[in-house]
Amino acid sequence: MFTGIFKDTSVRVLIVFMISLCVISSFILPDWMQNNFMYGLSRGLAILGLMLLWRTNLVSFGHALYYGFGAYAVALCQKYFGITDILLRFTIAVVAAGLLGFCLGFILRKYREIFFAMLSLAFSMVLYGLLAKAEFLGSTDGMSISPSTLFGLELTRQYLFFLITFFVICAAVSIQAYLRSTLGHLTTAIQDNEIRVEFLGFSVQKAIHIKYVISACLAGGAGGLMAASLGQVDPDSMVNWNVSGELVFITIMSGWGNILAPFIGAIIFEFIRTYAFEWAPQAWAAIVGGTLLAIIFFFPGGIWSIIEKVFNYGKKKDVK
Amino acid sequence: MQFWATVFLDGLTYASYLFIVSLGLTIIFGVMKILNVAHGSFYAWGAYTAAFAIGIISDNDLPEILFLPAILISAVLVGVVLGYIIERFILRKMYNQDIHLIVLATFGVFLIFEDLIIITFGVDPYLPYQPAMMLGWIDIVGLNRGVYQLSLILLATIVAFGCWYGLTKTKWGKLLQSVIYDREISEAMGINVTKVYVVTFIGGAILGALGGAYVAPTTSVSPGFAIDLVVLSFAVVVIGGMGSIPGALIGSLIVGLLRAFAVHQAPILELFVVFAVMAIVLIIRPEGLFAPPKARKI
Amino acid sequence: MKIKIFNKTTKVASASMLVASCLLAGTAFAKDTVKVGVVSFLTGPAAGVFGVPAKQGAQIVIDAINNGTMPAPYNKQGFAGAKMNPIFSDESGGGTKQVGLFRDFVEKQKVDAMIGYISSGNCMAIGPIADELKMLTVFSTCGTPRLYEEKLRSHVFRTQANAVGDSLAAARYITDMYPNEKNYTGINQNYAWGQDSYKFFELGMKQMSPDSKGSDKPQFPKLFVGQYGTEISALSLDKAKVVHSSFWDGDIEAFTLQAMVRGFFQKKIFVSSVGGSAVDALDKKFPDGIVMGTRGNVGLLARDDKSPLNVWFIKEYKKRFNALPLGPSYQYARSILAYKFAMDKAMAKAGSFPTQDQVIAAMKNIKFKSFTETISMARGGGHQAVHSVGYGLTKYNKKGKTPGAEKVKMYGPECIYPPAGTKSEDWINAGMPGAKCN
Repeated sequence: MFTGIFKDTSVRVLIVFMISLCVISSFILPDWMQNNFMYGLSRGLAILGLMLLWRTNLVSFGHALYYGFGAYAVALCQKYFGITDILLRFTIAVVAAGLLGFCLGFILRKYREIFFAMLSLAFSMVLYGLLAKAEFLGSTDGMSISPSTLFGLELTRQYLFFLITFFVICAAVSIQAYLRSTLGHLTTAIQDNEIRVEFLGFSVQKAIHIKYVISACLAGGAGGLMAASLGQVDPDSMVNWNVSGELVFITIMSGWGNILAPFIGAIIFEFIRTYAFEWAPQAWAAIVGGTLLAIIFFFPGGIWSIIEKVFNYGKKKDVK
Repeated sequence: MQFWATVFLDGLTYASYLFIVSLGLTIIFGVMKILNVAHGSFYAWGAYTAAFAIGIISDNDLPEILFLPAILISAVLVGVVLGYIIERFILRKMYNQDIHLIVLATFGVFLIFEDLIIITFGVDPYLPYQPAMMLGWIDIVGLNRGVYQLSLILLATIVAFGCWYGLTKTKWGKLLQSVIYDREISEAMGINVTKVYVVTFIGGAILGALGGAYVAPTTSVSPGFAIDLVVLSFAVVVIGGMGSIPGALIGSLIVGLLRAFAVHQAPILELFVVFAVMAIVLIIRPEGLFAPPKARKI
Repeated sequence: MKIKIFNKTTKVASASMLVASCLLAGTAFAKDTVKVGVVSFLTGPAAGVFGVPAKQGAQIVIDAINNGTMPAPYNKQGFAGAKMNPIFSDESGGGTKQVGLFRDFVEKQKVDAMIGYISSGNCMAIGPIADELKMLTVFSTCGTPRLYEEKLRSHVFRTQANAVGDSLAAARYITDMYPNEKNYTGINQNYAWGQDSYKFFELGMKQMSPDSKGSDKPQFPKLFVGQYGTEISALSLDKAKVVHSSFWDGDIEAFTLQAMVRGFFQKKIFVSSVGGSAVDALDKKFPDGIVMGTRGNVGLLARDDKSPLNVWFIKEYKKRFNALPLGPSYQYARSILAYKFAMDKAMAKAGSFPTQDQVIAAMKNIKFKSFTETISMARGGGHQAVHSVGYGLTKYNKKGKTPGAEKVKMYGPECIYPPAGTKSEDWINAGMPGAKCN
């Protein structure tokens, strides 16, 4: 699966982009921007997961379930076991969300279209209902996350940023490897015609289930990294339905042509957020909503389609 | 006995409120196959407009009898204006698009109208309590009940009956049903589907606004108070069956009664039960309890 | 292959660490302005009756100090001579969003201090971050005792006493005024503030009136829900007559309206620890005879207080905003006063414009004059204020056409707060040793 992966153009572009991001943000850009890159890259993982599902024409309006689950896994492991190591945190978030996704996948893999969206929404709201009302889970206040460590050493924000970039590169490269595999190619075929895929001798449900679990892992990892970089989790900004909506929004905004697109989209989203709050704090929602409509009407391919046009990039066959 | 009667009445009141709001949502979905997140905007704008109107009436010492017409007119006004704008300028351009994109577009609209409320009405909460005060309270099984809150049950009954009558006994209703059943064939038979869509959307919008306008006197109308309602009415519609009118009725009764029971017996489960039931219904019977399983083509 | 990536990253990392460490070595020098983030609810259900009055209270005091028009002892112009440049920001959206904004304030806007925060949930989220980023932060309104009882904070101060006093004063008032009522229940919001408020009310009632009994089904609805029909029924069915509530923001108004039209207040003794704002919002429609608190001698209960600062504040507030100052207006204004007091004190000691560490050292354990009383930062390692808390019965003043209160009782800090270094819960369970109530 991984053979020759580093010869893949998308992978090379991704790695160059991530490393130059690290360099530029360390040497040239002001410090505060590093936070935005950190949040953007973390959230980008969840977007990558949604993008995978989108390729099979499945849209989850409840992906905040895994996003929040990963974040809360990190918070609870700190509270009960004192785990603050960033490697452990990331692993725990990914594994916890993956397990949940594996269980729910047995049900969800049979659903398509609006039913898939609604059932995902229902599951995420069940978690929200629990978190918001249960005092031992922090209720609506959520929980604080202490700064991360690595092998017992305190991590500076700078190193945390580099580690997050590293996690993101690993995850994105694996996803590209998956997309290049037979299993990955299948998913586009499923979108075209499920029955044909079945006749080729593959199990559609199994393929979707695998993809769903991968997507859950990514969203969980995103939540875990987000919790570690923000220092706080709470149900209203991690699990509620409008968080899921926001994630889908960034997916649309990013476009789904390339593994790099989600991260660029998510970073741009962070900057919109920062400046909207500074310049028009009361019109923040309107700015997001307006952007959403503008994207749907004028740039249905998202930001990536613009990048493609500008750089004339991505004519390879695995794109689109 | 008193306990069960109280739970029942609480549940019924809450269900009536959910029913009026969800009915609009389900009709819009049934006819247009659009899951309208912006339904929350109708609700919020209805509430704000009604609160504003009630404020004018009581500030100028106009006769109290005007409260009811003020509420109804606000709902219609908001429904027609917002419904028309959203249908004409956003949704009409999207009917052939992917269903998920349409949901997202309505989400965008919802976000924009949330902030427009702040710009139009400010951040101060409105307290249009006068109609509720006017009607006072009565004693039912040893517990005081606001007459105004009880009248919500009456309103829901009227709306339900009106809807049933309109759909089954009038020509327009039959047109609507045929569009619900099969859009292409209806179009081929000469039904002006675009017109049906506009009217349906405005009708649904009026119902959403009516829910907000009628509830306004019992609450503090403040920014952001529609967010929880959006997903709650989704739950109602999904439980009953998306696009099914009797489904909306049953869905709101289930959600209302369950929630009332939870608040009385196990307050911690209040939110949990509603969505757990939603998930269970989707697992066992994805079309919802009431939608005829065959009516939909996938 | 992965190893190769890691190597690249480490190289970049070590190179950039060098640069970062050079950049970090900042210096303090004399300034003519101090940039301060002032955070309160500007949107959402808590804006109208909490966030906006809070902002207005802060504005009045900031402008007066900047112009040197504030009465003594704050008549010296400026904060250590510098003018304050406040950046008002919205508190809504939950703790996680606020933490992100806080980082922006510190790292992007480079503020000198942060003042404000109404919701206890937000304070719990901001507290650790403020310490982590080493940013002087003065909380104005939030009340959860967990803030300092979980851990002492190095950079965080709070000029408002915590919920323990509000709840114990409520329990005292009930046992003083209604000694025959033995059963109680409550309706509180399901987050730090609501949970703590009811917990300490219950603990206090157990100590002060040992044969009293709490309901087994107190209600904890979610914050900002706005619909309480079912909860009101459940409370009405409960045989307990005393109902404790720490509702605030739009929720207290919504609850009052929905309960009022059902004759709830005629049947129950309703104790509201922070509902003062609703009294003003509903004006003459607000039912008389509700046990009402304002979290200190401020707002509704301080209307007749003749201290010069208080008289000045009410007059200025009326003149500028055509309204009476509410509890949050006082609380925010008080934080600004504490900040000025500490800045001036640090300046006097250092002889030049003080660094942040000097301001923090100066703020510890201060006693500063507030509008109606002198407030001491005597708890939480010198970071947490205590002050008196009072309750009264709402009573509409027909002559003045303003809402007012009667039978007001103030309980001093020594009566309702544990001595420094003792956890509130342990202190109450031990029978509140050393409590001095008059």
